[in-house]
Amino acid sequence: MTMKSSTRQVDGVTIVDLSGRITLGEGSVVLRDTVRDLLSKGQKKILLNLADVNYIDSSGIGELVSAFTTAKNQGGELKLLNLTKKVHDLLQITKLYTVFDVKEDEAAGVKAFNK
Amino acid sequence: MPADRVSYTLDSTLETVNNAEETAGRIAAEAGFGDEEIMKISMAVREAAVNAVLHGNAYDPTKKVTLAFERTTDDLVIVIRDQGKGLDVSRIPDPLAPDNLLKTSGRGIFLIRSFMDVVEIHPSQTGTELIMIKHVHGNPADSKEAPQ
Repeated sequence: MTMKSSTRQVDGVTIVDLSGRITLGEGSVVLRDTVRDLLSKGQKKILLNLADVNYIDSSGIGELVSAFTTAKNQGGELKLLNLTKKVHDLLQITKLYTVFDVKEDEAAGVKAFNK
Repeated sequence: MPADRVSYTLDSTLETVNNAEETAGRIAAEAGFGDEEIMKISMAVREAAVNAVLHGNAYDPTKKVTLAFERTTDDLVIVIRDQGKGLDVSRIPDPLAPDNLLKTSGRGIFLIRSFMDVVEIHPSQTGTELIMIKHVHGNPADSKEAPQ
């Protein structure tokens, strides 16, 4: 039920590997704290790897939006990587798929920051 | 399904949200729904429970949430009630409106309507009742939005 988050650096981009559920409560808090921590340390190129996120609710969607706008407002950039079908469908339904920059390949995702 | 109708009285806690979702998934599976429909039903119930616990009862320990599942010949009918001030339906924003796309909240009711076949919201001064119906043998032609 819990969500885990770990970060790694690839060519100046911080990749956040998330796993579990981004839902009201702990999951949303983990995501929020992780992104805020990265931004406060000046790591402003953030690629959220959602390959192992198997569930997200409306609070989790809100948290993704918040992470996206917070990064943008601080001069950073946040992209999404490897959406599961469930998360992909949710972002389509909510018309957020075109708002987020979604990548299906990690190397291409990293490269997209450094254009 | 072991019984045609089952109901629960739940505390206004985050645990209730998780339990409601889990219970909905189990009952939907017992009613014969497929994996995708089970996910939609359990997610709709989760969102409804979030509304009831957070926005309705505001985590008030003296207020309860009731959740009922009824299996009819054609439908799974789910009713969730809170003891809040009553949801103001006219103030539910359209989360797809361009100005609302980047809002961090306001998508719960929209998702419930997307995932269920019929959704009715009955607010009153003593709380809000949300009725959600999923047709057992889903026929898109049957899908409709209930008037509010």
